[in-house]
Amino acid sequence: MSSSAVATSELALLRAHAGRPWVETLHEWVTTVDHKKLGLMYIGYALLFLLIGGIEAAIIRIQLAIPHNSFVSPQVFNRLFTMHGTTMIFFVAMPILFGFANYLVPLMIGARDMAFPRLNAWSFWTTALGGLTLYFSFVGGDGLYGAGSAPDVGWWAYAPLTSTAFSKGHSTDYWTIALLVSGFGSIGTAINIFTTILCKRCPGMKLGKMPLLAWLNLVMSGMVLLAISPLTAAQIMLMIDRYLGGHFFDTQAGGSAVIWMHFFWVFGHPEVYILIIPGFAFASEIIPVFSRKAIFGYPVMVGASVGIAFLSMSVWAHHLFTIGMPSYSNAFFVLTSMAVGVPTGIKIFNWLGTMWGGKIRFDTAMLFSIGFLVQFLIAGLTGIMLAVAPFDWQLNNSYFVVAHFHYVIVGGLLFTIFAAFYYWYPKMVGRMLGDTLGKWHFWLFLIGFHLTFDFMHVPGVLGMPRRIYTYEPGRGWEIWNLLVTVGAFFQALGVLCFVINLIKSYFRGAPAGNDPWDAWTLEWSTSSPPPAYNFATIPEVKSRRPLWDIKHPEDPDWKYE
Amino acid sequence: MLNSLLNIRAARSVRIIVLFVAGLLWAAVMAWANTGTGPQIPNIFAPESTPAHEIYIVSLFVMGICIAIFVVVFGLLAYSVVKFRRRAGDDHREPPQVYGSNQLELAWTVIPVLIVVVLFLSTARVIHEIQDAPPPARAVRVTVVGHQFWWEFRYPQFGFVTANELHVPVSDTKNPTPTYLTLLSADVNHSFWVPRLAGKTDLIPNRANHMWIEPRETGLYLGQCAQYCGTQHAKMLLRVYVDTTAQFDLWVQKQRLPALRDPSVTEGRRIFDSTACVNCHTVNGTGARGRFGPDLTHLMSRDTLASGAAPNTRSYLRLWIRNPYTIKPGALMPAMNLEDEDLDRVTAYMLTLH
Amino acid sequence: MLAPTPETVSTLPSAGRVGMLSLIVAESAIFTIFVVAYLYYIGKSLSGPTPRQVLEIPIFNTICLLSSSVTIHLAVKALRNGQRAAFRAFWIATTVLGATFLLGTGREWRRLIYADGFTIQTNLFGTTYYSLVGLHAFHVSVGLLALTIVLALTLAGSVTREHSERCDVLAMYWHFVDAVWVVVFSVVYIIGR
Repeated sequence: MSSSAVATSELALLRAHAGRPWVETLHEWVTTVDHKKLGLMYIGYALLFLLIGGIEAAIIRIQLAIPHNSFVSPQVFNRLFTMHGTTMIFFVAMPILFGFANYLVPLMIGARDMAFPRLNAWSFWTTALGGLTLYFSFVGGDGLYGAGSAPDVGWWAYAPLTSTAFSKGHSTDYWTIALLVSGFGSIGTAINIFTTILCKRCPGMKLGKMPLLAWLNLVMSGMVLLAISPLTAAQIMLMIDRYLGGHFFDTQAGGSAVIWMHFFWVFGHPEVYILIIPGFAFASEIIPVFSRKAIFGYPVMVGASVGIAFLSMSVWAHHLFTIGMPSYSNAFFVLTSMAVGVPTGIKIFNWLGTMWGGKIRFDTAMLFSIGFLVQFLIAGLTGIMLAVAPFDWQLNNSYFVVAHFHYVIVGGLLFTIFAAFYYWYPKMVGRMLGDTLGKWHFWLFLIGFHLTFDFMHVPGVLGMPRRIYTYEPGRGWEIWNLLVTVGAFFQALGVLCFVINLIKSYFRGAPAGNDPWDAWTLEWSTSSPPPAYNFATIPEVKSRRPLWDIKHPEDPDWKYE
Repeated sequence: MLNSLLNIRAARSVRIIVLFVAGLLWAAVMAWANTGTGPQIPNIFAPESTPAHEIYIVSLFVMGICIAIFVVVFGLLAYSVVKFRRRAGDDHREPPQVYGSNQLELAWTVIPVLIVVVLFLSTARVIHEIQDAPPPARAVRVTVVGHQFWWEFRYPQFGFVTANELHVPVSDTKNPTPTYLTLLSADVNHSFWVPRLAGKTDLIPNRANHMWIEPRETGLYLGQCAQYCGTQHAKMLLRVYVDTTAQFDLWVQKQRLPALRDPSVTEGRRIFDSTACVNCHTVNGTGARGRFGPDLTHLMSRDTLASGAAPNTRSYLRLWIRNPYTIKPGALMPAMNLEDEDLDRVTAYMLTLH
Repeated sequence: MLAPTPETVSTLPSAGRVGMLSLIVAESAIFTIFVVAYLYYIGKSLSGPTPRQVLEIPIFNTICLLSSSVTIHLAVKALRNGQRAAFRAFWIATTVLGATFLLGTGREWRRLIYADGFTIQTNLFGTTYYSLVGLHAFHVSVGLLALTIVLALTLAGSVTREHSERCDVLAMYWHFVDAVWVVVFSVVYIIGR
């Protein structure tokens, strides 16, 4: 459709909706099974928890800005770091990535919706319920001994700290049940994404012709199926211990604290790859468009992604280098942990190859993507350092590790998520995000990120362990902690710019049109936002970049693929 | 190249980046200058014991490789961002579409694999050297038991128990006397970390772990628990005193003696022995045989109280006995609710336990 | 891009089957962890009865459950050929065999708990045994519930040839439950004893 025809029909829709009672709109959203609406709800939900998790982080940083601070009590601090980690991973990162996958995957593979729309809705609401359960603990968690409230056992909830002997009341149960419930939601969404990609592609879109975002979400959802279940199993075992008198982790009865660690990290390590892989997906779609070149090495990118998925299932015990495994076990996990760096590095080189020889445009989405590349490189290298087990014997459980994983998740993943916002918001909302506010967002956040997380490596090297509510003066940690805290406030300002931009642009952003970026995948062939049915007729494709073929009929991709 | 950088519109972003990186570096240098390099700084790059030293060497090696990789890749990235940006007078034609290169893919697969092989082999060697080192006959043996939130140190070779402050002899390369630690836990997971002496090893209930240190310089080395163990994880501090052989022998002799019996504190001792104190604490030579809390036989030989949470002075000791929560909220010792006079007497008794 | 022509209509796998397979993958991962815990704790109980002392090998139950896999396979095959009467008969057989298995497990547990005083709290063996067998029995129950619903619909005459794929998807779940039993049986009653 021409852009004026699009604008007219959009306006007509808006007019039709304008007079509707709000109850009707609410009902439509609550009962929807449309992948686009559910995607937006996932994203909105995650953004809310991003703000909450960020406030928790800010309080933590204020407490740690100076030694022997008393901004919060040790009990409150321990709850804060537990909730911060749990929230960010399970109620920010997972939902936001599922949200983008939900929105984009059917559009990019030429489908009308996900394979199981009702399962999709059920999965969203189940995940949402999990988050509410977790946060209800702040008000409802008081147990028999008045030792309740939010969980304070760390986001890994190591046994036997989580046994009824050491965690009285119900705070640990809120952690367990919230994640158990949202885990079912995650598995449901993974089944949906996996099935949709395998079974609902449009004609001509063989597996080798689908966008990398589809491949990477296929890989990610496959990993979710394998990796979330160990956590579910361990949590069921924990509940059996706590309420049915079981002895899975009861060291007094001969049980083992170590098997919790293994079960948790068999989930936990693949989980962080589950988080970053959709980030790779965003980068793989955005970098080519803003470099004006096809992605370099598509088959290798697919192979590397699958390789990362498999290898990442074999590295988990690098979180356990200090528990006293025999030397040959330690050596094995050193090897696998380093090996997984090889396909990861290959991907970085391929993104570099995409930019090489291109005509790079520095729109905000691309700025965030370039930031991702540099920061993910650094994060990967500190990861290699940590893979050297003896070095890890010093650095494990210190602020060096905290710096490393925030480098990956914030400097890597969150940067690609911001990029994805700037890139696809126009498609979802029909309006562009403001460029000036976007640049302010980028620079403020970049400065804050580096102030915080570059300097955070140093206290780790100087012996500062993690999860401590205060620290001794005279160990050389003071100035670094102060700088780290200052950086947190720059990041907060950056996020504030972002939130303002999201809201302001919704009402006053420039109209986007179908294809504001001159991009090449199927979602840019629909109106912005797309109609409920996505495509008037299901498209048929011949190459990986169907819109490139249309825009360059003299030089289509399928001649070269 | 710098000239052309300064002449173009995109130079503003480049200038911001350069300024920012310079600012970061300046802040880093200032902060490092402020940090100081005193012996109290538990810096993993200032090792004073064989395992810590071996870790230091291999860490330099891996960091060197990582820095080299960073310089190359970042350099290429920075170059591509500058060289291949869209210029002002661009004709909006798409650049040549290059879909891949098998030779490049092969190259940047093979080289990282080789790096991994080299790193793995060097790492495996150090793992073996540290973990599989057999204890020599002259090694001092200490059993460390982790508690919420304090450290129990048992010296089976000498038959005494102490808490929170570990004394070991310095080791001489000609006649090595390392200290071998057996690590146990009475409750939840803990981790023994004194960075300048060794990497950390966890204390896990129902499991015996082992580690060793071989300090080369006398002095006091600081550390703390490095596995979240509950409310007061942050105040489960470690002090390791590396003594000369003579100092260490003297210390051992004193620790083996039963508690000093000072007649001026009989009343305090009576209060201690007849209240709940004896359920948790041991004072050798008296009826107090409790093991839930630290051994107090030679309490005054220690510099700190409550695993480093407070200095070992009369006023802090009195405060601690009156209500531990004022110093370490969440510690498992309850407030004893003693009358002021009784409190003074018990404190006086504690002060005699040298 | 063109409208799809008959030649280009896709031959992609059926969503129901792929979805069920994905669920089976996730469930397999859960069972794997429980099996690993069971194997790890063999011989590590500090007290209480050993498997040899209290466990009787459930041959009859196993035969029932494994036969039910055969009957459900025959049922789906019949429905695909439009033989609704045969489908009904085999489906009833499957449901009965599944229910028998569950009842048998229930009776075994009743004996263990009341006659032998052996519960989930008794020792490590108790915890891992009841958890693993219980998790499996839970999955059998869910499957049985689904089988019963389809049975009710069949008796009401609502199930036709068009539903054969859905019944096949349910059959996949049932086969999975049986395969898990083979593993649980081997681990608990053969290896663990």
